[in-house]
Amino acid sequence: MSEKVQLGFDQKVESRDLIITRLDAAIDWMRKNSAWPMPMGLACCAIELMAAGASRFDIARFGSEVMRFSPRQSDLMIVAGTCVYKTAGVVKRVWDQMAEPKWCIAMGACASSGGMYRSYAVVQGIDRFMPVDVYISGCPPRPEALLEGLMALQNQIGQERAIKAMRSDAPVTSLYSQPKGPIIIRGEYAPKFKA
Amino acid sequence: MTPQEAIKQLETRFAGATGVPVEFRGEFTVTVAREKLVEICRFLKTECGFDMLTDLSGVDNFGDDSRYEVDYLLYSLKHRCHLRLKIVVPEDNLVVDSVTGVWRTADWHEREAFDMFGIRFHGHPNLRRILMWDGYPYHPMRKDFPLAGLPADLPETAVDAGRAEAAPMIGGPFVTTSGARTAADREPRQTDTASERFEKKETS
Repeated sequence: MSEKVQLGFDQKVESRDLIITRLDAAIDWMRKNSAWPMPMGLACCAIELMAAGASRFDIARFGSEVMRFSPRQSDLMIVAGTCVYKTAGVVKRVWDQMAEPKWCIAMGACASSGGMYRSYAVVQGIDRFMPVDVYISGCPPRPEALLEGLMALQNQIGQERAIKAMRSDAPVTSLYSQPKGPIIIRGEYAPKFKA
Repeated sequence: MTPQEAIKQLETRFAGATGVPVEFRGEFTVTVAREKLVEICRFLKTECGFDMLTDLSGVDNFGDDSRYEVDYLLYSLKHRCHLRLKIVVPEDNLVVDSVTGVWRTADWHEREAFDMFGIRFHGHPNLRRILMWDGYPYHPMRKDFPLAGLPADLPETAVDAGRAEAAPMIGGPFVTTSGARTAADREPRQTDTASERFEKKETS
C-alpha cells in the first residue's frame, strides 16, 4: 500500500474507486439516502407533503422522492393528517405490511397528538397504535419542517447497528429501536423578509 | 310554481297532515305528519316538481317534549325554488319511513342520520352506519353524548389500535356556550373527567 492511505470513516486506498468502511456504515448510508416514503396522506398535511415533493423544496435531494403507494416497496411511513379510529385499522394494516427496516414520521399536530380534534372520532396521536420515530409539530408543518424531520431521521438511521439487527437471534422488537428516543421537530422557520 | 303554491296544494291534498307553514327570510318550512311522509314526498316530487333532495338531516332538540326531528331540504330544478319539510320524531318511537324510493340520494343521508342520531328509517335498503364503524355502540351527534367520546371497542380491522378512548379535553375551548359577554365566559377551559381519566392512565 502506498502512503496515500487515509485513516478514518471512509478510508481511501490509492484514492481511486475503492473505499473501505464498516458494513454497518455502508448499509446505513444506503438506507438513509433511499428512504422511500409511504405517503399516508389523511388530511391537509398531505398538501404540504406534496409541496415537499415538488420542485421548490424537492425531497429528492434527500433520496426520498419515490413515493411508493405499495407498502412492500416503502421504508418510511409519513402519516400526514388526522387519523380517525375508522382509518386507524387501515393505517396499522399498511404499516404491518411494510417490510423491515421501516420508520415512521408523524407529520403535524393531528398525527402526533390528535391536534385540535379532541373528539370522539379522532385517535389522539398515532403512537397509540404504532411506533413513531419523528414527531413534527405544526398545523400543518411547513415543508422545511418535514425535511428537517427527514434529516433527523437520516441521522438516526445512520447510527443504527444494521448487521446486529439482521442477525436471526436478535429480538424483533428491538431491531431498530430508537437510540435516543423519538425526535421532535418544532419547525420554527418563519421566513425573515427584508424590507 | 312557488313554494307557497306547493304548500297550498299540500294543504288541500293532505288536509290535516300539514302544520302551519313558516316563512323566514324567504325560506318556507312546513311540518308534516310522520305517517304521510312518503306520500307527501312523492306528491311534491311528481306533482310539484321538487325533483331534488338537497339534504336530509336529523336534529336533536334535547330537553323538548318531542326530542328529534328530521328535516328534508327540497329543491326544484324546474321552478328554481326551495322547500323545507320537517317531521317530528318522538324519543320513544325513533322510526321514520324511508324516502329512498322517492329520491335515491336519500340513501346515504338516511344512513348518516341513523349513524349520528339513531333514527331508524323503515324501508331503507341498507341501513348501516356510514361514518362510524359497524358495532359502534353510540350515536355521537345526540346532545347528551360527550364531545370527547366514550370508550368503545374498535372494529375487527383496527383491534391493534386498542380501544377508542375519550379524548382529553383539558385546557381547550372546545365547547362554546352562547350568550356570555366575554370570551373567557363563553369558552371556559375544560377540566372534565375525561381528561382526568386520560391523565391517570398516562401516569399509571
